[in-house]
Amino acid sequence: MIEWIILGVVVLVALLIIILYNSLIGLRNQVENAWAQIDVQLKRRNDLIPNLIETVKGYAKHEKSVFTDVTKARTAVMNAGTKEGKAKASGALTETLKSLFAVAENYPQLKANENFLQLQEELSGTENKIAYSRQFYNDIVMRFNTKIQLFPNNIFANMLSFTKQEMFKAQESEKKNVKVQF
Amino acid sequence: MAERLIHFDEIKKNNRVSVLLFFFFLILIGILGVVVGLFWGSIEFGVILALIFGLVYALIAWFSGADMLLALTKAKPATKKDYPHLVNTVEGLSIAAGLAIVPKTYIIDDTALNAFATGRDPEHSAIVVTTGLLNKLNREELEGVVAHEMSHIKNYDIRSMMIAAVMVGVIVMLSDFMLRSFLWGGRGNSDREGGQAQIIFIVIGLVLAILAPLIGEMIKLALSRKREYAADATGAMLTRYPAGLANALKKIKNDPDPLVDSANKATAHLFISTPFRKQKGWLTKLFSTHPPIEERIARLEQM
Repeated sequence: MIEWIILGVVVLVALLIIILYNSLIGLRNQVENAWAQIDVQLKRRNDLIPNLIETVKGYAKHEKSVFTDVTKARTAVMNAGTKEGKAKASGALTETLKSLFAVAENYPQLKANENFLQLQEELSGTENKIAYSRQFYNDIVMRFNTKIQLFPNNIFANMLSFTKQEMFKAQESEKKNVKVQF
Repeated sequence: MAERLIHFDEIKKNNRVSVLLFFFFLILIGILGVVVGLFWGSIEFGVILALIFGLVYALIAWFSGADMLLALTKAKPATKKDYPHLVNTVEGLSIAAGLAIVPKTYIIDDTALNAFATGRDPEHSAIVVTTGLLNKLNREELEGVVAHEMSHIKNYDIRSMMIAAVMVGVIVMLSDFMLRSFLWGGRGNSDREGGQAQIIFIVIGLVLAILAPLIGEMIKLALSRKREYAADATGAMLTRYPAGLANALKKIKNDPDPLVDSANKATAHLFISTPFRKQKGWLTKLFSTHPPIEERIARLEQM
């Protein structure tokens, strides 16, 4: 009799572990997928920048320091290895782009340039997409982290080597207003 | 993405409603079949005929319903070249909602401020806005409206709305068909007990013809009012900025021209606010497809 009860408990626990494992795998894939979405948008923004700099240069040659700032920040995003590093570099790039567009304000002819206006719309659209994909990513990471920390999940999650995922943190200056508008 | 974040229960509720509506639809078609069968002298024949007719119609409507609606409201595809800002906003919010495929974006050339979403599932969906809305709302407000429509898509509201619209369409068509065939007169069975059957047929046909639009209104109404609040809330979750939608609704409310020329009773429940001229009175309130806009603004402002 006792053997049967023990066997039943063992089978039940095994089943629960399988269900937990599968749902954690599903969630972790979602985290990865959401991260890929952020990466797509970061790349898109990086691709737009050289074109933007060329256009602005045509009207505002002397603003060299802004151009080098933006270029540096752009390279930093490309080279960042960790998620935390990427988040930081991305925030810094947003800041330098803001100052680039602030500079552009001083050149009325530039502001009337069709190409510039298009790039401006594309860039602020992409900035918003970065913000939205970050928001979605952080929501999923929070769900994942909560799930592996809850009792008794935490015991098995540890055994199955599921670890806490990093959030994509915004810089302090970005926190006030998520939406960016150039 | 298989799982969606918080409004999982909204989706479940919608799936239940969809199944329920479909069974209601089958039963109704069955009853209509019996009536037709009485008229033609064979109940089985009538039921089978009605079921085949109803299901074929439903299938066609299921797969082309969204396109028909878009054509009906004279919506045109919005290209990234002509409407970069709108297309970017839709793309951004579909990322925020975690949709795998970006809904198609459409434009209605109309000065009224309005918008709607349609489709059978998030993978086959569309968001439609009027040019008036595009011109008069600022960035945050447009985002609020698009987020509201994105929530209808994400929560599968579009699916139950579509099924409701298809159902009402079938009822109206069948009752119309019955009335017409009565006018042509029954053939072949008038010498038997056809006379009596004909009377039953006429009476039921008349009752259905009168009730059908009313039933349709009731269904749409029951479906859409609560959903508007839910979509407002989900939309605020997506933008994290409820004031955007609240301000947009204020502008919509104060706009002197609420009329969308291409809207009619069949499409009214889709729009973000009633596409007709403002009317007062308890009767219009009872049959309104939308909750009062002031109440929606108040709830958004409390978030």
